[in-house]
Amino acid sequence: MNFPGNWNTMQLDAQGRLRHFLTVEGLPRRILTDILDTADSFVVVGEQPVKKVPLLRGKTIVNLFFETSTRTRTTFELAAKRLSADVLNINVSTSATAKGESLLDTQKNLEAMHTDMFVVRHQHSGASHFMAQHAAPHVSIVNAGDGQHAHPTQAMLDMLTIRRHKGAFDSLCVAIVGDILHSRVARSQIHALNTLGAGEVRVIAPRTLLPVDIESLGTRVFTSLGQGLAGADVVIMLRLQKERMQSALLPSEHEYFQRYGLTEEKLALARPDALVMHPGPINRGVEIASSVADGPQSVILRQVSYGIAVRMAVMSMAMGRSPGARETAAKEPE
Amino acid sequence: MNRIAIRNGHVVDPSSRVDGVRDLFIASGRIVAVGEAPDGFTPEIEIEAAGRMVCPGLVDLSARLREPGHEQKATIASETRAAVSGGVTTVCCPPDTSPVIDTPAVAELVRHRAKQSGRAWVLTLGALTQGLEGEQLAEMAALKAEGCVGVSNAGRPIRNSEVLRRALEYAATYGLTVYLQTRDPWLGQSGFMHEGSVSTRLGLPGIPETSETVELARCLLLIEQTGVRAHFCRLSTARSVEMVADARARGLRVTADVADHQLHLTEMDVAGFDPMFHVIPPLRTLRDRDALRAGVAEGVITAICSDHQPHEPEAKLAPFNGTLPGISALETLLPLTLRLVDEGAFDLNTALARVTRGPAEILGIETGTLTPGTRADLCVIDSGHAWRLDPGALLSHGRNTPFRGWEFRGRVTHTLVQGRLVYELR
Repeated sequence: MNFPGNWNTMQLDAQGRLRHFLTVEGLPRRILTDILDTADSFVVVGEQPVKKVPLLRGKTIVNLFFETSTRTRTTFELAAKRLSADVLNINVSTSATAKGESLLDTQKNLEAMHTDMFVVRHQHSGASHFMAQHAAPHVSIVNAGDGQHAHPTQAMLDMLTIRRHKGAFDSLCVAIVGDILHSRVARSQIHALNTLGAGEVRVIAPRTLLPVDIESLGTRVFTSLGQGLAGADVVIMLRLQKERMQSALLPSEHEYFQRYGLTEEKLALARPDALVMHPGPINRGVEIASSVADGPQSVILRQVSYGIAVRMAVMSMAMGRSPGARETAAKEPE
Repeated sequence: MNRIAIRNGHVVDPSSRVDGVRDLFIASGRIVAVGEAPDGFTPEIEIEAAGRMVCPGLVDLSARLREPGHEQKATIASETRAAVSGGVTTVCCPPDTSPVIDTPAVAELVRHRAKQSGRAWVLTLGALTQGLEGEQLAEMAALKAEGCVGVSNAGRPIRNSEVLRRALEYAATYGLTVYLQTRDPWLGQSGFMHEGSVSTRLGLPGIPETSETVELARCLLLIEQTGVRAHFCRLSTARSVEMVADARARGLRVTADVADHQLHLTEMDVAGFDPMFHVIPPLRTLRDRDALRAGVAEGVITAICSDHQPHEPEAKLAPFNGTLPGISALETLLPLTLRLVDEGAFDLNTALARVTRGPAEILGIETGTLTPGTRADLCVIDSGHAWRLDPGALLSHGRNTPFRGWEFRGRVTHTLVQGRLVYELR
């Protein structure tokens, strides 16, 4: 029978190494730390004049995107290219699936072209699990966002950003603000922060944007931005989509910004050295004031840069080619 | 006509309170005696049932046979064959075929096909509103004249309360029972599973408990106003059981059923994104499951049904919310019900009553009993036979079951419909 937590039998191989990266939930801390350590080493690669390493030479990676994305798709593409892999970008609005081909048929056809990895974004929660269940033995699946379920590489780039700026996680209070209900990013961040031992994970939103029983994922719930920000070391703002006004979740953008928008005044309630983060794309004046987004505490653009390093780390680890992965696995067998 | 003797079986018939080793005698399609043979009875066929259980054929309040309109999923011939292999001798089809059973012609078509190819009795519910669109009344009197045993909107919403009220009144005019599967037209309409901690974790849009109970409350008030006889289909929440119990205690003529999978599975089973667990109403909490079991035990819920919904393989071969809901369940109705006895949820007589006389009373038909004089619809069960479910071995065209690999005890060896042997385990 299936139950939460057994996804690792799908995500990890017999030696406990990453095979697919579908969700942060249930992964051991050792794997998350490996990803961050490996990503640290790739940050340097991006800063060199020649930004390439030959780890995935000869491998073919398919970016299979069923939802539009600019940032995530391009950073995955850059990450694959910096690892010397060949990259195929498939945008579904112009492909066979738009003509009614099933996800499984699309996957099997692309596998028949001897591809090695799928980076998939899909509007349905669980889509990457579905692909992993049906993947050929040599093929790895990396989840680039499935429905409202998970966006594990985004969460890991956020963790890298936090670790590079704050060091250890254990004393940190992290506040996630906004549309938690529809956010796969928030779900993955919550799992990652708890696994890495963050001191406190807070979610801040009106009740209409909070999923039921969100406390059960290990969060403390606030409906007041002011109270929730008090003492926070990291403030993560989420994007608010305009459709939320139509579905009776919020009265107006104006009222939302008044109550939950991050302004300099509100930010002053957090710790003076609090980081401001956002997975992007940002809606200036809706969830965040420009002066904060562009201000000294904002690390929003750093997140984008670190996104490439994290995606390089995940891809190389899932393909068994990470510089440090084997040694680490050998050191700490589980 | 055939004279049949079923010898030495353990006859269990909750409706006539028989529970012991007896011979059973059939002539001209009817049960003529239980115990002593009638004078001069000479059987043409003898079935030895020592060590086996003999009980009324099962009556299933809801089975989609997919015909007409969805023959790529199943046909009346394939599904009635599956039914009798599971001891089910009567099935009732909801009206959401294609075309909808909202005219006598479609009801007649189903009846004709069932007679031609069917092994089990096939009853139909007529539509409550034309096209199940919830706007204009269907020709209920004509549907009744064509043999429809009740009317239903098959879980499709009737948004306009005035239309619902008039539909109930009109059905009451002709003494028709209205079958209501309650789902609010807005609450949780975009959902795929129970709204709770598991949906939060999986990021699957949720269907709150109130999706069922808000509509149930509206229906109860209009039933009270109109005095119609009503049946609530597929209860899924503890609160619904309470509401139906209260209504019955106040004297309302309402009954209720539950799908057998709701008595075994919960929201936790969805946690692996397996589309076989995608059902409507959704699998809910352990507390709901236990309340439903108690509702069955206490007689608030007087029928357990299969809610059979066979699908072609492709319908379940996609991520969870890209799949169609439903389980191919005719062949697991009896095994799942017997398993509840093994698990101590209730005793054997209660279990069998809920799949035989209970649903037959709701439908207002004479079957579901072994009382002498009634139609010989019955089955013989080898209750010690242990087996493991292999979806590939199902006779239904739909192999969509979440019970793959489950171990069951008890297997049908013979099924008789109107005294005719329609299934024998080889």
